[in-house]
Amino acid sequence: MTGNEGAAEAIDLLNVGLLSILFIVAIAMARLRSLFAIVMLSGIYSLVSATWFVALDAVDVAFTEASVGAGISTALFLAAMVLTSRTAKPEKGATKIIPLLVVVVTGAVLVYATIDLPGFGDPSSPANTHVGIEYLARTKAEIGIPNVVTAVLASYRGFDTLGEVGVVFAAGLAVTLLLGFGERALGSSLSQGAGPAGQGSESSSEGGEVADD
Amino acid sequence: MTDHHIILRVVAKVLIPFIALYGFYVQFHGEYSPGGGFQAGVILAVSLILYSLIFGIAPTMRAVTPGFARAVAAIGFLLYACVGIAALIGGGNFLDYDALVDEPVGGHLGQHLGIILIEIGVLMAVAGSMTAIFYAFAGRVSEIRDEDW
Repeated sequence: MTGNEGAAEAIDLLNVGLLSILFIVAIAMARLRSLFAIVMLSGIYSLVSATWFVALDAVDVAFTEASVGAGISTALFLAAMVLTSRTAKPEKGATKIIPLLVVVVTGAVLVYATIDLPGFGDPSSPANTHVGIEYLARTKAEIGIPNVVTAVLASYRGFDTLGEVGVVFAAGLAVTLLLGFGERALGSSLSQGAGPAGQGSESSSEGGEVADD
Repeated sequence: MTDHHIILRVVAKVLIPFIALYGFYVQFHGEYSPGGGFQAGVILAVSLILYSLIFGIAPTMRAVTPGFARAVAAIGFLLYACVGIAALIGGGNFLDYDALVDEPVGGHLGQHLGIILIEIGVLMAVAGSMTAIFYAFAGRVSEIRDEDW
């Protein structure tokens, strides 16, 4: 008696439950027309997937999913939604069928591809036999920090992470260049005299530039 | 901002400092626990976005100006790249943190220094970029009225 009997069944049950919630949320998102509800459901979807990642022992991925997917994406979707209408146009006739076909075919291909994948936690899978073992064995001697994920991310794969940061920075730059610098709101509120005097002299000059053009 | 948001405003006022503090915890505890610059940067940006959703975009932009957000993003990315170049100057490969500090074989000071510096670079780049993206979207409408939802 180890006290762990039934743990595997409980985890299976948890996985099935979380995946069912994800499925229901996805169906609801596809059926709804109110963009506000869809944005909120996408946040819920991210949060449930983060919970599921924790159940799969992928804590770092779960953390990222929770902060990026449920946190900032929802806020950015909301900010984008304010600029457009509140409801999606209903599709009619043939345009409804084609996305369904694409989704079914893509899903079938993905399910077919998973047959070749190693089992969950398989000790003989490529991820657990080659370079992963090396990192686990060498981190303590070479880097000297307890969190191997951080060691891989920041040191062993530092060049990749530099590229990721570059992607994030480029995304911020591209959105800023496309949509403007966003100082218009500040400029209008300042020109109405809403801004208290003596606060943010630098920002008021920036707001003035935007108001000029 | 009308008065019926008073519960939201009071709760947010209490929560926002803790959210920001948690962001820094995630950043500086990344050596020991899940997390790091990416998550910390996003959490910091979210604390700012929450403030602007509740108290309005203009006060947020006066507190953290859009120009400052963009500068932080650029400086963060540059800091990361400069650590790599510093390692090159120190005689190692690009981003080889062991070359940052002159130390005996087996020492971890260079690795620790390099990881902390690049994580701060990641934090600044991510937080600045996310704030800039939010400002770019939210700055296009001056004030969101309740009827808009």
